[in-house]
Amino acid sequence: MKLHLSKGLNLRLAGAIGNNAATIGTPVTTVAICPDDFPGFTPKPAVRENDKVETGTPLLYDKYNPTLCLVSPVAGTVKAVVRGERRKILRVVVEADGTPAAVKFDAGAGSADAVGELLARSGMMALIRRRPYDIVAFPTDTVRDIFVTALDTAPLAYPMDRLPGVADADILAKAVKALKTFTKGDVYISRATGSSIPDIEGAVMVDVDGPHPAGNAGIQAANIKPVNKGETIWCLDVVTLWRIGRLLATGNVDATSIVAVTGPEVTDPVLVRTVVGAPVASLVKGRLADDGRHKRIISGNVLTGTAVGDGADAYLRYPYRQITVIAEGDDVNEFMGWASLNPSKMSTRPSFPGRFLRKLFRPDARLNGGRRSMIMSGEYDRMIPMDILPEYLIKAIMARDIEKMEQLGIYEVAPEDFALAEYADTSKLPLQQIVRDGLDYLRKENE
Amino acid sequence: MSALRKYLDRIKPHFEPGGKYQKFNSAFDAFESFLYTPRTRSAVATAAQIHDSMDSKRAMIIVVLALMPCFFFGMYNTGYQHWLANGATDFPFWQLMAYGFLTVLPRVAVAYIVGLGIEFIVAQWRHEEVQEGFLVTGILVPMICPPEVSLWMLALAVAFSVIFVKEVFGGTGYNVLNVALVSRAFLFFAYPAQMSGDKVWVATSSAFGTAAPVADGFSCATPLGQIATAAGAPDVITGVNGTAVTAWDAFLGLIPGSFGETSTLCIIIGAIILLAAGIANWRIIVSVFAGGLLMGWIANVFASPLYPASYIPAVDQLLYGGFAFAAVFMATDPVTACRTTAGKWVYGFLIGVIAIIIRTYNTGYPEGAMLAVLLMNCFAPLIDWCVVQANIRHRLNRIAQ
Repeated sequence: MKLHLSKGLNLRLAGAIGNNAATIGTPVTTVAICPDDFPGFTPKPAVRENDKVETGTPLLYDKYNPTLCLVSPVAGTVKAVVRGERRKILRVVVEADGTPAAVKFDAGAGSADAVGELLARSGMMALIRRRPYDIVAFPTDTVRDIFVTALDTAPLAYPMDRLPGVADADILAKAVKALKTFTKGDVYISRATGSSIPDIEGAVMVDVDGPHPAGNAGIQAANIKPVNKGETIWCLDVVTLWRIGRLLATGNVDATSIVAVTGPEVTDPVLVRTVVGAPVASLVKGRLADDGRHKRIISGNVLTGTAVGDGADAYLRYPYRQITVIAEGDDVNEFMGWASLNPSKMSTRPSFPGRFLRKLFRPDARLNGGRRSMIMSGEYDRMIPMDILPEYLIKAIMARDIEKMEQLGIYEVAPEDFALAEYADTSKLPLQQIVRDGLDYLRKENE
Repeated sequence: MSALRKYLDRIKPHFEPGGKYQKFNSAFDAFESFLYTPRTRSAVATAAQIHDSMDSKRAMIIVVLALMPCFFFGMYNTGYQHWLANGATDFPFWQLMAYGFLTVLPRVAVAYIVGLGIEFIVAQWRHEEVQEGFLVTGILVPMICPPEVSLWMLALAVAFSVIFVKEVFGGTGYNVLNVALVSRAFLFFAYPAQMSGDKVWVATSSAFGTAAPVADGFSCATPLGQIATAAGAPDVITGVNGTAVTAWDAFLGLIPGSFGETSTLCIIIGAIILLAAGIANWRIIVSVFAGGLLMGWIANVFASPLYPASYIPAVDQLLYGGFAFAAVFMATDPVTACRTTAGKWVYGFLIGVIAIIIRTYNTGYPEGAMLAVLLMNCFAPLIDWCVVQANIRHRLNRIAQ
């Protein structure tokens, strides 16, 4: 199956990793799991401070689906359950003791219930996102189809299929077989044309080409078989699929994560072998450009990531694949920037000469303007390859008009699908937050 | 430059809440963000971390830039028509420009002072940033009025449209009707004697003594005005000095008319700027011209002495009056136009058709572009609604299958 998407845009940023980059290992002393990374998951602590944990021991469980867990990526001692305002759990910090102690899961079971419980208890299910609502998958979901993306088109992302070990047909086939127990439909695996992901037994392979956001599983789903009201699909990336396969093959949770440290403010972009939830400081240490500019360290890519900094409370966040470092921009005085013809200014618009140059850009975190109401038309549409009318959907969400939201296809979208439109928006509206608020509102009203 | 930055940093605390000039916070912010790209306005932690360099300031300024060829030509033409009316045969370029400049300057100043004044006050009142929409409106309004429109009328019209067409709906981005065109319509309906006929289209004053005033009693209607009042098939359209006006004159713009909209050539240059910069939507411009051509052709095929304007060839229809200006600068206003791609085609096409219908078949109104755009502004949400319904039906059909 082939899928060609033409809308969207590949941002040309400096600081990419070269092909076949070497992987550097880094010792891990502490790790943290942040429940905020898992929308729809209502965290309850499963451990207390100073408890001993192994790799795969549940740290948090969901209040409404107690089998659904977030597990420890390392063996060690629980150092802290950090809470914020109104006792909300911000993160659970585990101090690694360097031992390989790991929970052994029974991976032999074949029934749907048993597989569901296995994936939920081992923390794998929390890595899967379900649509509608873009929340964590639940073992009780009735799933129409499952969409796995094996290409990451986000800015500066390292190709997932080139991560060591991931393109393993046997491991992936095991995981596909397990996922098949949740659905009467298909498991689609989409890969870039020329990808090293082989055909996987039991899955429908989709060759995707097109600019970002073609790599979003939800975008692929919308173009292969869109979600209708009342249907549920699961979206995951191939690294999660591989983790599920490893769990089924070995009975252990493999929390290894190979992180691409990228961005214009990184001196030598590299791949770092670490674990899920590793401290950001350990990943960027010694790699930040020494140019005196304020840095913004982002866990994730520049479009959907979270600014975390490199302080003691900064940890690698879901989906645990990338760190991007850009300049903060709060130390720049740009005189009449709106009139600038400087070719180093990054834009999708032809009034900026840089658009016509084959060069890489080094943008900073400024909004480059003020927030306005929606003025220009068609800007979002160019960036979202889906059969929806994004402006009208955004307006319906802002008006909290549930009927309109449903009619305009809110069940098909996730905040990440609007990330590129948020970048390009002249009016600088926080589109991802608007969509997230709309999805949360709708879920509250519907449940 | 850094001295200016230091100065701004020094006086900034006075404008912040608690400072002695906190009532002028929005105004200060408007000037500061105009001078320096705001460094404190950066992406929040969980959002797109980088943003395009495009902002609404640049979008609006590009439109103003695109208007400049028309504006400069308007200065020249105002002087040229004045010299013609005085019977001159020699046209000193810089004197003509100076005359036109001094004629339009007070109008531009009044439009900006009144409109931006209201914008600043409303922004402060709502504790919002000052929006840039009026940068375009303020230059558009004098350009679509007769060159010597009274300053007090202009002030009244601008105030009316900014307050009742824009601010009461929520400001830039929420207005249903084009603000500049409502100013024009307000003047047209409130002061018809001063806004139409054969006395207002040529500047007659001395413009601060830069030229001899034209004698009282002088009159010359615009080409469309002459056609509309002609009985039966129009004879030759004449210019200010009595010579015939050709389609070529209309293309260049050396005819009496509103200040900035006579030159189709300059409008085309403006259109190229807008399209090259990706600000205006080409679908709207193309479809307005397509609609105008089609309706002009139909009218011409069924030409009748009852409707003198129906004798104008279809292509010429596009050169006279405000048609081209409306197609390029009015119909493309993204806020009041259709927002869906399919809707834009329908919207533009109907503007073209209706402008020519009004012009041809309603002899009371020699020009219909303004009314056509305003009418379609009202219908744009309906057209969009149909397109949105189609998308919704599409989605429902998917479930039914």
